[in-house]
Amino acid sequence: MRVPLSWLGEYVDLAEGITPEQVQADLVKVGFEEEDIHGGDISGPIVVGEVLEFTPEEQSNGKTIRWCQVRVAPEGQVAADGGDAIHGIVCGAGNFFVGDKVVVTLPGAVLPGPFPIAARKTYGHVSDGMMASAKELGLGDSHDGIIRLAEMGLDPEVGTDALELLGLSESAVEINVTPDRGYAFSIRGVAREYAHSTGAAFRDPATEVISSRGVTEVTKFGTEFPVSVDDTAPIRGRVGCNVFATRIVRGIDATAPTPSWMVSRLKLAGIRSISLPVDISNYVMIEMGQPNHAYDLDKLSGDIVVRRATQGEKLITLDEAERVLDVEDLLITSGGKAIGLAGVMGGANTEISDGTTNVLIEAANFDPVSIARSARRHKLSSEASKRFERGVDPAIAAIAAGRVAQLLVEFAGGEIVDEGSYINHFAAPSAIELPSGFVTKLIGLEYSDDQIQSSLSEIGCDVVASGAGFTVTPPTWRPDLTDKWTLAEEVARIVGYHLIPAELPVAPPGRGYTVAQDVRRRVSNTLAATGHTEVLSYPFFDEETNNLFGSATSSTVPQVRLANALDATQGWMRTSLLPGLIGTAARNRSRGLNDLALFETGLVFLPEPGKTYGQDIVAGGVRPAPEVEAKLYAGIPPQPRYISGLFVGDAITKQVGQKAVGFNWKDALAAVQQIALGAGVNISVRQGAHKAFHPGRTAELLLGEEVIGYAGELLPTVAEAAHLPRTVAAFELNLDAVTNAAGVPHVAVDVKTMPAATQDLSLVVNDTIPAADVLAAVVEGAGELLESGTLVDVYQGAGIPEGQRSLTFALRFRAPDRTLTAAEATASKEAGVALAASRFGATIRE
Amino acid sequence: MSAPTEITEAAVAAAVSDALAAIAAATDSAALKAVRTAHVGESSTLSQLNALMKDVPGDQKAAAGKLVGQARAEVNQAFAAREEAMVREEQNAQLAAEKVDVTAAASRWSAGGRHPLMLLQESICDAFVGMGWEIAEGPELEGEWFNFDALNFDADHPARAMQDTFFVEPVDSHLVLRTHTSPVQVRSMLEREVPIYVLAPGRVYRTDELDATHTPVFTQVEGLAVDKGLTMAHLRGTLEHAARIMFGEGAKIRLRPNYFPFTEPSAELDVWHPTFAGGARWIEWGGCGMVNPNVLRSAGIDPEVYSGFAFGVGVERTLMFRNDVSDMHDMVEGDVRFSQQFGMVV
Repeated sequence: MRVPLSWLGEYVDLAEGITPEQVQADLVKVGFEEEDIHGGDISGPIVVGEVLEFTPEEQSNGKTIRWCQVRVAPEGQVAADGGDAIHGIVCGAGNFFVGDKVVVTLPGAVLPGPFPIAARKTYGHVSDGMMASAKELGLGDSHDGIIRLAEMGLDPEVGTDALELLGLSESAVEINVTPDRGYAFSIRGVAREYAHSTGAAFRDPATEVISSRGVTEVTKFGTEFPVSVDDTAPIRGRVGCNVFATRIVRGIDATAPTPSWMVSRLKLAGIRSISLPVDISNYVMIEMGQPNHAYDLDKLSGDIVVRRATQGEKLITLDEAERVLDVEDLLITSGGKAIGLAGVMGGANTEISDGTTNVLIEAANFDPVSIARSARRHKLSSEASKRFERGVDPAIAAIAAGRVAQLLVEFAGGEIVDEGSYINHFAAPSAIELPSGFVTKLIGLEYSDDQIQSSLSEIGCDVVASGAGFTVTPPTWRPDLTDKWTLAEEVARIVGYHLIPAELPVAPPGRGYTVAQDVRRRVSNTLAATGHTEVLSYPFFDEETNNLFGSATSSTVPQVRLANALDATQGWMRTSLLPGLIGTAARNRSRGLNDLALFETGLVFLPEPGKTYGQDIVAGGVRPAPEVEAKLYAGIPPQPRYISGLFVGDAITKQVGQKAVGFNWKDALAAVQQIALGAGVNISVRQGAHKAFHPGRTAELLLGEEVIGYAGELLPTVAEAAHLPRTVAAFELNLDAVTNAAGVPHVAVDVKTMPAATQDLSLVVNDTIPAADVLAAVVEGAGELLESGTLVDVYQGAGIPEGQRSLTFALRFRAPDRTLTAAEATASKEAGVALAASRFGATIRE
Repeated sequence: MSAPTEITEAAVAAAVSDALAAIAAATDSAALKAVRTAHVGESSTLSQLNALMKDVPGDQKAAAGKLVGQARAEVNQAFAAREEAMVREEQNAQLAAEKVDVTAAASRWSAGGRHPLMLLQESICDAFVGMGWEIAEGPELEGEWFNFDALNFDADHPARAMQDTFFVEPVDSHLVLRTHTSPVQVRSMLEREVPIYVLAPGRVYRTDELDATHTPVFTQVEGLAVDKGLTMAHLRGTLEHAARIMFGEGAKIRLRPNYFPFTEPSAELDVWHPTFAGGARWIEWGGCGMVNPNVLRSAGIDPEVYSGFAFGVGVERTLMFRNDVSDMHDMVEGDVRFSQQFGMVV
């Protein structure tokens, strides 16, 4: 909502010389958000001039300019820029005549842009100023020629300050009006709020208009164009229209100019001047908050009926779009034909034209829900629908219709005939009981009865003290005041939020972080501390990408698709974190950051195959029945939290005395073990497969027997398609599975302090047998005395049969209670060899 | 040098003097080793003199023994001192030769880092967990009931359209990407017993294009307290406490009237940031208010018995003014330089 200051000042006292910034700050105090300040971007000297003579001069570029002598100050006086009373000005426009009064911007003036005016040499003359068009002054889009003041109905003295004359020196504050305050979408509402903020005197335009401007309010049903409401399908039980006022003005001149002050105010309010009748309609809407419409009376073909549209009915609206109507749309009809989409936009068939002489003015009140749905359905959010959706004061329709009529008579001629009609089925607001002490108890500040009574009266409520508190009847323009909580807010707001004290409540003893929350943080910290960098990516991808990566545990998964993605090609929610990491890696590399160890944690979206998800619409405000509530929960697809990592470039960069070491699958597996360390769980590894991964370099990750993810190297083709080098290592695992397994207190093993015996063992086995399995057999066979075993070498080549390999393990033996003899250690080792031999045919390497 | 034949003072003194001179003259460990053989070992003059002790008559044994013993002790001591000094010199020389340029260290470790949005979320959570609150979580793909209806957003209310919501196909499934973490508040009220003091951090979604100050995917932290006798003063006290933890002792908060469907009264939350990069100032931080009675009713909590307060702040915005981040792009693009400059601490 943009509020021109002079307009605001008509209805509430503004301090002399107050700045727009101060007005905005005052409004912010009572709950508006500041948006912007408009105007104040034009400065003089800009004066009224008279064209004394001009000479057309054809130029080499084919253009004809006029070399003009323009009087900018009365004879014998100095011009506003300190120069001569007659200025020579070059003008490119051809729409004026000798004797015309025009707007002259003199050297020193600044037009919106900013565009400073100075005397300058052009087309062989010194042009000592400029004659301005409406567009140059920011008054409209018209750039057809310069302003001829006579066309605006003006004939001021030469030298008159045109800024004042045209209202160009004004500014407006723009505020954001919250959806509960429909009434503040008007000068009337903002003036009232300004009074609440500052204590300045407020004058209600509704009553002002009646008392001082000769507006006659329609009060009765008319006869010439009887109006009726015939709503056979109310939405949610609410009839679409409960107030409808009309007023007829006959004999207007629709081509009469709009007064410049009105053009200027509308412009500051963000509305373009179109024609006098339309401008007046908009002016009254902004001033009073009552949307209204003027029909060409002679284009109406009969009784006015407000009804729902029929299936397939069509209407061409004022924006010349043909609308196919829905049976929920509320229509204004005349003689059976639609003439307007109620509360949203009028129809083209009854539009006012230059030839219009008789008009019918409509000011009505429509059901907010009906209007909101129509505006949304037709993607047509108009100034009118914006106001109706938020609620318009139902008591001002008749007054607003009268005000439109009065302004038409004043500026377009014509007369108000005693015709018109008024339907008023509006139900008065219900009273609210406000128990004494309630506001104090909710806000935590002591409010006296006087404060409660006066602040509620100030906002227009009728307040009656009753035994246990107050009976409060809200004003017609405050449909948002529905219960004692809303009244408490008003009391707190009017008395001032700044007075509310600070008090720290004591929460009951909490349980701290859950295991999952704690473990997630430990895991991320562990990775970061071991050289991995955490990134966050958007979860939007295309369907093929999701299909390629699947989930951590399944290669093909159903997907969630957005209905209104920002980029329609990226409308599927991620099933894996890896595509995001791949994109992030590519972006980093494009910036010259080549060595990357990235990780991310986040939710993935994994509907179960064959299941349908969703919710019914269930009203709020009451707890659903248990079976309904269970369905609300069950309708949401699973969204586990994953953790993934990606490695590309060098793990160790080339440095002094240090060769570069590239990242590979081992780094992905190492990161997985760092996660296991951080979480306090055991994650084991076995050979695996994944369609986006290298077939020979993929590990499956297990927690006990449960597969929770995979790690390895991407398929080179996948890496290259993402503009990454051939070797990219990655892992992905279900972090929820990890945190679910975490939190079990570790059972400690006593540290044995007797001397250890170490021996190496080289076994020759078939090279298809995983080293981990061979070691597991050795460990199992060796029994308790074997404290640890580590693979230290793998050898294939001379001395080893084709298809086999030698695995060397470093073994450490220790007994709990004695120094182990070499013979005991050897016996233990041989038991291990025996099991590896029987299980895998392993032999000791000679 | 001929072998001595008799223990005399002169002979002993001469042997000592020869030995000390030889020790002092040795310049390396090889020379010192030769000195040991010649003057300290079995074949040295002093050893030979000592061997003559057996021929010394009984009444002179004590004096002769003392004479030779003192001489040997003197020589041994000098030798040990010289030997120790020489070891030290040689060690020093070796250490000097091993000198490196510590500023040219090669590293087997490269820097990692947490994302500051995650770190900041965690530190906000810490502030509230310290007050006894718990952390609640929920799905990002939500049902409209949890995201809107239960929060007093009527299906036709303009506030519902105001949220710029991502909807999921098919639209009549009434699933959305949550527009705030408030559905977690609803779930908390349904699933927990009153009194409830929970903080709900997490990702939320709105259909805003990415620019310097907007992103379609962002992070919120919301809080909810439901108990007997909670007031707006408690809301203010809680927020002020949290602000001091986040921004320092000089921080304070300011409430301005505003509208949210889920709170009544509602307020805009400003924080006085005492160490803001451009100078201390008021900064819009989030929204808050007393839980709307309809929201309590949606969860089966009687608003005549209980009251509650709720608040929400944007983590991106907080990071922007707390840590002077000027462009949203840095938070969403995953450039490793951004996370790495924070390391493990925001």
